[in-house]
Amino acid sequence: MWHLGKVIALHDETATTRTITLEVPGWPGHIAGQHVDVRLTAADGYSAARSYSIASAPNVDGRIELTIERLPDGEVSPYLTQELTVGDPLELRGPLGGWFVWRTNQTEAIQLIAGGSGIVPLMAMIRSRALAGNTAPFRLLYSVREPAAVFYRDELQALSRQDSAESVTYAYTRAAPKNWPRPPGRIDAALIESAAWPSSLGPTCYVCGQTSFVESAAGLLIASGHSPDKIRTERFGPTGDRK
Amino acid sequence: MSSHAYDYVDGNAAAGELAKIFTMDVTVAAGQCANCGATRRFAEAHLYMQCPGVVARCADCEQVLLRLVSIPDRVLLDLSGMTYLSFDTSQFQENNQ
Amino acid sequence: MAIISRGFSGRRSATDEKLPPGQYVTTGFPVLSAGPTPHVPLDQWEFTIDDGANVMLRWDWKSFQDLPAEKFTVDIHCVTRWSKFGTTWEGVSLDTLFADVKTDASHALVRSYGGYTTNLPLNDLLNKQAWIAFKFEGEDLAAEHGGPARLLVPHLYLWKSAKWVHGITLMKKDEPGFWERLGYHNYGDPWREQRYWSD
Repeated sequence: MWHLGKVIALHDETATTRTITLEVPGWPGHIAGQHVDVRLTAADGYSAARSYSIASAPNVDGRIELTIERLPDGEVSPYLTQELTVGDPLELRGPLGGWFVWRTNQTEAIQLIAGGSGIVPLMAMIRSRALAGNTAPFRLLYSVREPAAVFYRDELQALSRQDSAESVTYAYTRAAPKNWPRPPGRIDAALIESAAWPSSLGPTCYVCGQTSFVESAAGLLIASGHSPDKIRTERFGPTGDRK
Repeated sequence: MSSHAYDYVDGNAAAGELAKIFTMDVTVAAGQCANCGATRRFAEAHLYMQCPGVVARCADCEQVLLRLVSIPDRVLLDLSGMTYLSFDTSQFQENNQ
Repeated sequence: MAIISRGFSGRRSATDEKLPPGQYVTTGFPVLSAGPTPHVPLDQWEFTIDDGANVMLRWDWKSFQDLPAEKFTVDIHCVTRWSKFGTTWEGVSLDTLFADVKTDASHALVRSYGGYTTNLPLNDLLNKQAWIAFKFEGEDLAAEHGGPARLLVPHLYLWKSAKWVHGITLMKKDEPGFWERLGYHNYGDPWREQRYWSD
């Protein structure tokens, strides 16, 4: 299960978030939505491991991308986003998780709801759809603190411009751009009503972010008529270390 | 800021640890809580991973479903909180034909 | 065989103070939990000592607060390898709670709100070795750290210091608790590095 990857490229998505491209010999391939466990080992044998969603679409070139947000009191993320450099090895276990996945043979409408770094596995799904030429209608509702915190903005914009079956709605919770039609605030029933697929369409919904966000967003979907059977969730831990 | 009510993640996060023991993906298995009878995908379980081991609790009644502890020379598994775990093997049968 | 991650050392910092083997010092206070944080209203809180059949002693929050309490400073050691020096608490000594208890029990099972249990020899709870603590660093003990009250037994690994303590059951025969049943050492002395069954 453990693979030894090599860092071949680094790209900063925001001031605190970095995408790492890894070449992984023997990588068995993955399905969009899956994650890996990354393990770091100090010289004295001390080790720490964390789970990260795979950001890249399934492909055949033996490379994967991880997008990692630096947490203020994190133990692993500061190392991965600031110390790890091109050429370094990185141990990873995976791909893991077969429930929170989107397969390229799915044809139903898809509703994606991302809270902060929860966008990562959903981006893998969006990228997977594009690479496979899948035409299922996709909507993304992306909740984020402020414009500077958005990951993959240019790519999302290009994809939705090219593809009328795909659209993105941003929900800014702390600070919105000037003249933004909606004042800053968390996702609420009104936004689900206006921006998400209606439940009558029977979409499969994928919700990802911190636990509190996921519980809230999934609750809103259910309240607006979506069946719990059609909602898949992935919860990330709370931001920062617990003090 | 801390949200005490949300100090869990979900069954997806245990995939790596469970893969030490199970050859099939436990996160997609359906499981029944031995306490309240709720049947859900293991991916939906409330997972507490900050303690000495992995503790999965029923999303409905919060009773312990499963515990896994990894220590230097062994992995210990307690499944006593589940009546069953059910794995779909239909895809494997096709391959065997 | 794990590879070494160049330049990674984790959250550890150097210290001159004596650490139990395999531990590192932390300035934070990590919250580790096996389940949801119980929220126990003070007007419903109680602490009991029982012998498995009968409740021998019971305190509600008011009668518990009326007991003589003491401030104490101790080092604490978690099996997940972090140690914290010089933590300050206020609590009631188990010696005070057991002052009027006559028993031939050898062991105790400590029970928490929420269902957690841990076991230890009765002697390890007595002789100034343990407290029911309700203040940390001068403030009421936060729920995430075990408030309104937790057991504190600093000479053993911190999993023995049951959070959200509810009562103690006296036992004539030792019985393993929540973690002791699944790989964790039955006694848990950090100085002999008794983390797991094989230690």
